[in-house]
Amino acid sequence: MTDAAAVPGAVAAQDPSGPLTTADGKPLKQALRKANAKARRNALLLVLPLFAFLLITYTIPIVQMMTRSVSNPEVAEYLPNTAAAIADWDGSDLPSEDVYAAMVADLNAGGRSTIGRVAARLNAELAGVRSTMMGAMRDSDEFQAPYKDALLADDDDWADPRLWKLIQRESRTLTPAYYLRALDYEYDENGDIVRRPEYLQVYTQTFWQTAWMSGLITIITILLGYPVAHLLATLPPARANLLMILVLLPFWTSLLVRTSAWIVLLQQEGVINDVLVLLHIVDEDGRIRMIYNRIGTIVAMTHILLPFMILPLYSVMKTIPPSLTRAARSMGATPLRAHLTVYMPLTVPGLAAGVLLVFILAIGYYITPALVGGESGIFISNLIADRMTGSLAQLRLALALATILLVGVLVLYWLFNKLVGVDRLKFG
Amino acid sequence: MARPVYESGLERAWRITYLTICGLIFFFLIAPIIVIIPLSFNATPYFTFTKEMLSLDPSGYSLRWYDNLFNSGEWTRSIQNSFFIAIVSSIIATALGTLAALGLSRREMPARALITAFLISPMIVPLIITAAALFAFYARLNLSQTYFSIIMSHVVLGAPFVVITVTAALSGFDNQLIRASQSLGANQATTFFKVILPLLTPGIVAGALFAFITSLDEVVVVLFLAGPRQVPMTVQMFGSLREEISPTILALATILVCLSILLLSFMEMMRRRTEKLRSGG
Repeated sequence: MTDAAAVPGAVAAQDPSGPLTTADGKPLKQALRKANAKARRNALLLVLPLFAFLLITYTIPIVQMMTRSVSNPEVAEYLPNTAAAIADWDGSDLPSEDVYAAMVADLNAGGRSTIGRVAARLNAELAGVRSTMMGAMRDSDEFQAPYKDALLADDDDWADPRLWKLIQRESRTLTPAYYLRALDYEYDENGDIVRRPEYLQVYTQTFWQTAWMSGLITIITILLGYPVAHLLATLPPARANLLMILVLLPFWTSLLVRTSAWIVLLQQEGVINDVLVLLHIVDEDGRIRMIYNRIGTIVAMTHILLPFMILPLYSVMKTIPPSLTRAARSMGATPLRAHLTVYMPLTVPGLAAGVLLVFILAIGYYITPALVGGESGIFISNLIADRMTGSLAQLRLALALATILLVGVLVLYWLFNKLVGVDRLKFG
Repeated sequence: MARPVYESGLERAWRITYLTICGLIFFFLIAPIIVIIPLSFNATPYFTFTKEMLSLDPSGYSLRWYDNLFNSGEWTRSIQNSFFIAIVSSIIATALGTLAALGLSRREMPARALITAFLISPMIVPLIITAAALFAFYARLNLSQTYFSIIMSHVVLGAPFVVITVTAALSGFDNQLIRASQSLGANQATTFFKVILPLLTPGIVAGALFAFITSLDEVVVVLFLAGPRQVPMTVQMFGSLREEISPTILALATILVCLSILLLSFMEMMRRRTEKLRSGG
């Protein structure tokens, strides 16, 4: 950069009449530009393998996740004639004969498995559709025009406008249905978007619980991490390094090992309860339930995430000269005042880094809540995991939930970058 | 904390309270990890200290869980799987990540911030999201439940660590050394292998170790991608923590803790070596 900037100046100073040239007679500017382009290309070539690798094995899956969470191809793909014919229907009364004829044509053309897939997709929205459709498919080769009467005779559900409204709605290849479900909304029988009944509002509740539990864990890690980071930053290096091991060892130990350690400690027959019984703080029948609930999740996750708070705080605190606090005290500030008004404001960048790091990590946690959270102490990740291995509709719902979580994390991450800068991220 | 001579009684009391609090927090950090070590030698199939263990009676201790760990087909196969996946994926991640870091550290690199953000993004995205995306992706290609999909996923997760550690090692690199080498007549290849690479080795090794440990510890993605044949030890542990809790887990956990102690000492050694090289000692 500096070299390129220096060249025009050099030209002006040395030879105002003509451009400088290289030894083989090319204009210097051009040769420089060429050399720069080559260097840039070389740098890009080095990055290319990893870039291309991530594009294929990471970006494409993430983009597919987003598109599949709104995809709804079944009706348009397996009932193509019906989907085309019903597009113009105004939704009043029943569709015209054309639509019924198209439906019979589709039922005739489709195989058992394709019609079965559409029927399953529609049945998820309106119970009973599967048997109506599968029944009509079995009889479809005997139907004669007019097809409307033939279908109505086969099953009077074909006279139900809700069924046709559903088919019309689901013939769109993009659907917000999974996002609605992920936020606890759904289509009612008339196709209007309504809030789900309160006892079924599991997703918004879990999103909310993920947020407040992560917030609480972040606050506890501040309370525990701040004094320790301060101690490590102010001790003489030899002793600080020794104590640092106590922070780094848990940091480096497998997540599963730490989670199993907490199962060992917190169980009703576990070590902590044994000690409490031994000390006669609780009696044998009064063993405290500390695991497979919210307490279990909060305690274990606080322990696991605490190093992520201590390390950024420590790296900032180490750069604060102790002479500043001493200066404040020499001018008459009490130790408390010197700490609050001089020292603490200087630690804010470290605190911000720690808070965002712990919070971002916490809201995506899956393993620890799954093992020690029981039913009450779960996070949104646990619901994503549960839905992932279910039916296709459940998988798409899981992908919608994951996309919402991803957007949340990216917003937080953007904030992190704005406030702290990613480059300041350090490990160990 | 130096103790000033003008310390008052109140300050002294505060200092002792403060140190006690810090002591308790350190205890909170380290005790859970230490407590599993003696429990892994438990003679009974429970997660608690028995009377015999507390009175240090040898009959309360046994190696039966270690025996179980190394002699049951399930556990040994899962350990082999884990190491196989971790070794292959960390080698690929190290190669790709080191190249990328070399490119990113060039002065001429265009859009550096943006590309760096992209390359390390798998580290920021929560694992469950990555798992959901990769599971759906590989299932559609009929490649889930293969070593291929697991190794590719672990390269994705491990490469960012290599990029970061090698970039950090390069940021302290003195470019004059390259010029010095070239002025003494070395060509590009000689300069790279004799000057650049030896100085970068600590960074590359640290990155490779990060990638290795990331793969070895990873549970969420493999939980969904691994079929019965690829089950690694983390998934085996996860399963047995959920279903039948046996101290075999604690035996494995103890071994893993020893592994992290080894690793930590190794990283510390590398750090000291780099500092010495940097300071020209």
